[in-house]
Amino acid sequence: MSAVESGDLNARVVIVGAGHAGGSAAAFLRQYGHTGPITLIGDEPLLPYQRPPLSKGWLKGEADAESLSLKPAEWYEEAKVSLRLGGVVTRINRADQTVTLASGEILPYGYLILATGARARMLPIPGADLAGVLALRTAADAELLKTALGEGKHLAVVGGGYVGLEAAASARALGAHATIIEREERVLARVACHALSSFFQDYHGARGVGFELNAGVEAFEGENGHVTGVKFADGRVLACDAVLVGVGALPNDELAKDAGLECVNGVVVDLEARTSDPKIFAIGDVSHRPLSLYERQFRLESVPNALEQAKQAAAAIVGRAGPAPEVPWFWSDQYDLKLQIAGLPFDADQILVRGDVAAARFAVFHLKGDLIQAVEAVNAPPEFMAGKQLIAKRTPVSVTKLADATISMKDVAA
Amino acid sequence: MAKITYIEHDGAEHVIDVKPGLTVMEGAVKNNVPGIDADCGGACACATCHVYVDDAWLSKTGDKSAMEESMLDFAENVEPNSRLSCQIKVSDTLDGLVVRLPESQH
Repeated sequence: MSAVESGDLNARVVIVGAGHAGGSAAAFLRQYGHTGPITLIGDEPLLPYQRPPLSKGWLKGEADAESLSLKPAEWYEEAKVSLRLGGVVTRINRADQTVTLASGEILPYGYLILATGARARMLPIPGADLAGVLALRTAADAELLKTALGEGKHLAVVGGGYVGLEAAASARALGAHATIIEREERVLARVACHALSSFFQDYHGARGVGFELNAGVEAFEGENGHVTGVKFADGRVLACDAVLVGVGALPNDELAKDAGLECVNGVVVDLEARTSDPKIFAIGDVSHRPLSLYERQFRLESVPNALEQAKQAAAAIVGRAGPAPEVPWFWSDQYDLKLQIAGLPFDADQILVRGDVAAARFAVFHLKGDLIQAVEAVNAPPEFMAGKQLIAKRTPVSVTKLADATISMKDVAA
Repeated sequence: MAKITYIEHDGAEHVIDVKPGLTVMEGAVKNNVPGIDADCGGACACATCHVYVDDAWLSKTGDKSAMEESMLDFAENVEPNSRLSCQIKVSDTLDGLVVRLPESQH
C-alpha cells in the first residue's frame, strides 16, 4: 500500500495560507494524531483568525484580535506547528516536492495543503486607488474601515451582497450614514430570491440606509488623494467619506495554475480535497469542490466549507475516514436579524415562503419537486435546522404542510 | 481562571484553565479539544458546539435563550442537560465545571 492510501502520521506537511482553512487544517492534523512537522505559511502578520466578525462585531468594537484568533500563540508552540507569518510562497516545485518562498528559502513537503483563499474583486475604474476606497477581507482592511466610520460619516457601499449589507448595518450602529450602490435592480441579486432581497432592502431602508439601485459606478472622485465621492454613470455624484467595494471575490489560485494543477474558477479538488496532484490538497475559498448533493462542482466561500475541507485533507493525510458530508451553509447577522442559509438553490422549480415576513420571522424554501434544495431562514432556527436535515437526507416533503406555518417543522419533517 | 473538564464521547478527558469572559466553547476550541467544531464561531447559528452539562452545574450555567432553545430543539442526541457551549460564559463560579461531548455534532 502506498503512503497515500495508508496515511502517514510522520509526513512533513506544509500549509500555504493561514486563514480559517489553513489554521484549522493544522489543528485537525494534530487532533487526528499527526506527529510529523507542520509548517503554516501566511502572508498576513496575524495568527489564523475568524473573518466573519470583521464586518460585524469587529467594526462595532465588540471583538478584538485575541477573541478573533482561532488559537492563542502558545498553542502553535505546544502543538509544534511552525508558523511563517508574513511569509509568501512564490512557487510550487512539484517534481521535487518543495515550495519556494519570496525570501528564497525552499521548504520540502510530503504533503502540501493550499489554503490561499480569495481576494476582493476590485473595480477597474478611475479613482479605485484613492485612499478610502476599501475592501473587506482582512483584519487590516477592517481596521481601515473602522477608522473611516463614526458619527456623521458617510459610507458608500458598492455592491449589495452580504458583506455590503453587514457593513452598512454596522455603520448605522456606529452612527454613520450608509448608501448601498447596486448595479442590479435589487440587493442580493446574485445570491437570494426576490422575497429575501426586498425584505432586506426594506429592513435596511427603515434603519436609514440609502439605496442606489440599477446604478452604474463610473469613477471615484477624490481630493488630495482621498476619496470624496462616487460618480454614477448618469453623472450624479454621491458625496462620501469612504467607499467599501464588496463586489465578490476571486480565488487565489495562481500558484496552483503556475504549477500546472487543474483549475476552474479555483483549484479543482475531489471529495478528499485532493487536487490533480495526489500530494497536494486545496481547501477553503480557493477550491472548486464537488457537491455530491447537487451533482456538480462549485466554489464555496464559507467557514463551514473551510472546516469541512480542512477535515477532509487532514483525514486523507493521516489515513482515517473522512468527515460525514455536510450540507453547505452560511449565516449573516444584521441588526437584530439572524439569517441562516442551508443548501444551494440549484435546479429549484418552486419558491415557498413560510412564516411572517412582516414580523421578520420567516423562511424561504427553494424546492425541486418535493425536495428541498435550499432554505433561507430569517430569525427562524427551526426552519433552518429542520431544512438542513431534510436537505441532507434528500427526504421528500409535503409542500402543503411546509407552506403552513401552523404545522411545526418537526411535523413537516416527520 | 476556571478549571473546566471536557470529556469526549470516548471518555478522553481534557482539563483546561479557561479565562473568565471566554465562553465554554472558546475554551475548548482555543485549546484544540476535539469534538467541538463551533462552525459559526459563537453566533448561535450552527449547534456544532453542543455539550451535556453535568447535572451538578446546570443551575450555575444560566438559562437558555429562545434562540439557543430552538437550535437545540433540532440538534441530534439532545438531552435535558444539553447546551450550546458558545452560550455559556465562563466566570469564577464555573471553576470545576464538567461538560461531556456528544458522539457527533451533526
